[in-house]
Amino acid sequence: MPTLSEADSKKLLAAQGIPVPTEEVASDPDGAAAAATRIGFPVVAKLCGDGIAHKTERGLVRLGLADPAAVRDAAAALLGAATPEDGPVGVLVAPMVSGLRELIAGLVRDAQFGPCVMVGLGGVLAEAVADVAFGVAPITRVEAGEMIDGLASQAILGPLRGEPAVDRERLIDVLVGLSALAGDPSVVSVDLNPMIVSAGVPVAVDALVEVAGAGAGGGR
Amino acid sequence: MSAPRPRYSDEQFKSLFEPGGVIVAGASTHPAKFGFTALHNILANGFAGRVFATNLEGGDILGVPTVAGIEQLPDGEADLVFVCTPAGANESVLRACAAKGVRAAFITSAGYGEAGEQGREAEARLVALCEELGILLAGPNGQGLVSTPASLCAQIVAPYPPAGGIAIASQSGNFVSSLMNYAVQTGVGISRAVSAGNAAALTVGDLLSWYGRDEETQVALGYVEGVADGRRFYDQVRAVSEDKPVVLVKGGMTPGGQQAAASHTGSLASEGRVFEGAMRQAGVCRAATIEEAFEAAATFATQPLPKGPRTIVITTAGGWGVVTADAIWGSSLELMGLPDDLRASIDQKLPPRWSRSNPIDMAGGETRDTIPEVLEVVASHPEVDAVVYLGLGIQSNTARGLMTGRFYPEYGLERIADFHQRQDRRFATAAAEVSQATGKPVLTATELALADPNNPGPATVRETGRLCYPSANRAVTALEHMWRYSQWRQRRGLSV
Repeated sequence: MPTLSEADSKKLLAAQGIPVPTEEVASDPDGAAAAATRIGFPVVAKLCGDGIAHKTERGLVRLGLADPAAVRDAAAALLGAATPEDGPVGVLVAPMVSGLRELIAGLVRDAQFGPCVMVGLGGVLAEAVADVAFGVAPITRVEAGEMIDGLASQAILGPLRGEPAVDRERLIDVLVGLSALAGDPSVVSVDLNPMIVSAGVPVAVDALVEVAGAGAGGGR
Repeated sequence: MSAPRPRYSDEQFKSLFEPGGVIVAGASTHPAKFGFTALHNILANGFAGRVFATNLEGGDILGVPTVAGIEQLPDGEADLVFVCTPAGANESVLRACAAKGVRAAFITSAGYGEAGEQGREAEARLVALCEELGILLAGPNGQGLVSTPASLCAQIVAPYPPAGGIAIASQSGNFVSSLMNYAVQTGVGISRAVSAGNAAALTVGDLLSWYGRDEETQVALGYVEGVADGRRFYDQVRAVSEDKPVVLVKGGMTPGGQQAAASHTGSLASEGRVFEGAMRQAGVCRAATIEEAFEAAATFATQPLPKGPRTIVITTAGGWGVVTADAIWGSSLELMGLPDDLRASIDQKLPPRWSRSNPIDMAGGETRDTIPEVLEVVASHPEVDAVVYLGLGIQSNTARGLMTGRFYPEYGLERIADFHQRQDRRFATAAAEVSQATGKPVLTATELALADPNNPGPATVRETGRLCYPSANRAVTALEHMWRYSQWRQRRGLSV
């Protein structure tokens, strides 16, 4: 199934009111360094292209780049790691978003229930905890709130070790935004993993949108 | 939101649940055969309409003169056929029934979708045939249906339940039987019940959807293992929830249960958490077990919906109150603090050793009229949304000990045993009356409901038409189901 590049995925999501970091795509190491200077250090650099779905596994994410030289080196290495199958690529430069908590959210097309919005606990323990809740799209804000209330780990959504509680309304924005994308048959699935909770706001630091193949006309 | 277009018309459902006449096709002279049991149960439970039966050899069964073929029956006298013939005979039976004006068929015959490739083909032909004939098709491979407003017990299992407001639709016939056994035990009755069998055409979702429109039904109760069309099921139950509560047990939520479900009804269980989310969104009360489902449904059918979560526990003994407080704390209900004015009112009625907090532990300080008075003052308080009352039946339990000992009725034991029993009857009646007067749920829980159902406490609760919960935890679980549903309605601007 074809995917949108991370940058294009985030553009689609931002248009639905889903918080994403302010980021830029550069075509070469100098452009990446300039972008990083505009964004402010430290930054993260990732290889970005339509065909790239498993960045972490391929080592295509560089975190905590503190100055222009580090960005330039990382960008050169990332561009050098691209393969012909990746197609046209660039370097995505984004601010380092920090927070103790990670959430996940997404849109899936279930064989039984059709398009469904998902929200859950993210981070390294996510798979073990498996705390997720689904809703049948389209969802209202009330229903998005009920999904959030349906998570078992409510304490993690409250104030935590000096960080404020997860902003419920902003998280509802994310879920309702995902729900709106369900109406677009060309969007097969959306995976926001992770969203880092920064100053209470869940920010989609990585995003992958699966789209229907050329001429496939949507569906699953 | 509007429900999906019903598969069958209300007239067809009326033919199923309130037929003017019933034909038992394949009635048997042998008391161990389904074709005998079905006819027996229809006749024995007071069905007022006409009853016909077919049997290849003719002759009389249970006083009903049978005919060899449907063709020999009068036109327009039967709306429902209850089919006990072998699968191979059913096409001609149904064609003949349609010609006589039959609009609904319940098919018990096996050998369809549950029986391999050939069976699946036969089932597809059966569905197409009924569609062609304009006949509502229930089953095949089902155990029957019950409709108490029509005194209709067309089933090959037992029991026939008391009449009431709970309507059942189940993919498992034996769970229908289990639920009706609970109805008999508790006295909280049933309006309709259908064992959907293979649900080849009429699904559990279709039934729940009709129960939403059925004036005889106050709460719809379903058991499913898998649904063929999740989205349609979601839309159906959601529309029902806007009118009345839906309680659902979903079998096959774990890989172990899914494997069992695949071999039971051949249905593939959908991903558990998607199903869970869809049902929460649809306002459906999900119960983990059949007894939890029955108790939730019985509560909806007999108690007013709480408008808020603030719950008070009234108890005659400390330990019961402590454990119940734990159960409420672990739920979405609220173990509310006692308002000062309420504490002051209770101070007037009890000696100072009472708990002076929630749970209200009377600590043995109650006299003749205390319990009805405390129930009344607590339930009437504007901040209180619900009451759980513990300790009913202990006086009668003491009386039982006196009455079964060798000194009874001497030494004044008869008089005191009478008093104890009268008191428990009063308390049970007061709980129901206070609930009715205030429009708030008042749930009574005691293990005596099971341990000694004839104890005048729980027996009187049954007489008031309500459920006596076998434990405080089970009362709290039932109350939480009500509160969740109440919240679901309130958030959508629906009346509670």
